[in-house]
Amino acid sequence: MARRETPEINAGSMADIAFLLLIFFLVTTTMDVDSGISKKLSEKPPKDYVPPIIKERNIFEVNINRNNELLVEGETMKIEELKDATLKFIDNGGGDGKIVDGVSTGKCDYCKGARSTSSSDHPNKAIISVQSDRGTEYGMYIKVQNELLKAYTELRNRLAIDTYNVSYDALEKAYKDDRTDEKLKAKVDFVKTRYPQIISDAEPTSAN
Amino acid sequence: MSKFGKKKKPMPAVNTASLPDIVFMLLFFFMVTTVMRETDLKIENPLLPNASEVKKLEHKSLVSTIYVGRAKDKKYGTGDKIQLNDKIATPKDIAAFIYNERSQRSEKEQPYMTTSIKADVTCSVGTISDIKLALRDVNALKISFSSRKSSDIKQ
Repeated sequence: MARRETPEINAGSMADIAFLLLIFFLVTTTMDVDSGISKKLSEKPPKDYVPPIIKERNIFEVNINRNNELLVEGETMKIEELKDATLKFIDNGGGDGKIVDGVSTGKCDYCKGARSTSSSDHPNKAIISVQSDRGTEYGMYIKVQNELLKAYTELRNRLAIDTYNVSYDALEKAYKDDRTDEKLKAKVDFVKTRYPQIISDAEPTSAN
Repeated sequence: MSKFGKKKKPMPAVNTASLPDIVFMLLFFFMVTTVMRETDLKIENPLLPNASEVKKLEHKSLVSTIYVGRAKDKKYGTGDKIQLNDKIATPKDIAAFIYNERSQRSEKEQPYMTTSIKADVTCSVGTISDIKLALRDVNALKISFSSRKSSDIKQ
């Protein structure tokens, strides 16, 4: 019953094989997760569609010309100032809100704006209209969109902290991790409906 | 002078027994994180814009990508070019592209499909607008302007 010892497998080339695979994956790997500014396009309007009449004070006009210059509400502006101007416009709360399902949302009781009569009535009525030129640079367009979204994020965060003591970002993240949580969903929706993002893109102008 | 004649002690070899372990660890890391690029770019690698308010695209399988930028090959001419799958195309081809992408997914998933636009910062808004109109015509309303996350604006 003499047991013969099994010879050990030579593992010397194991490192070489592993290196080969490693280098292959090193070369093919791309680390970046695709991320971007998400946007929902409006549906194609029917042919006989008549756009509703909107009060001028509820529209925040942003124009970008072909030289990437900004014209906001008829005045030139630097991109750094855009966020604050947008924020002021959305948060103005000068009048009554939209009528949702037959119930008027009434005055904006969470707005902290100037309540001026020449600016927007209510965040759910405040429309931001971006008009660009065909020759505008895409980078500039994204910058403007980003600044507008920043204003919304700031307002939403403020409201969420005032009501729930957590920022909106944290709320949204928590909801994403657990989509079954009804309470969290209600909270997210609460903030979302109070500051809805209404950014419309007008057809770009062209030179000819 | 006898020092010169002395033989030096040979350096002990570094123990490489744990090398395979280290390599394997790295290998697994890259194997897990790797995402293969499915198309090769016919346009120059677009320099994506920077933005802070970005959202991650969650379901990779439900994303169809449109690239916009300058063509690598001179035969397509200069100016903004659109790449769908691995061909340079025109905005007219977008409808067919979206229908094709839709047919590859189940009906349940179709409402969640997103179109990611990877465009170079120097592109003109006109091109992007043409794409948007084409997407609207086929009711592909969820889009994402692919951008890199950064905290502040660079001028």
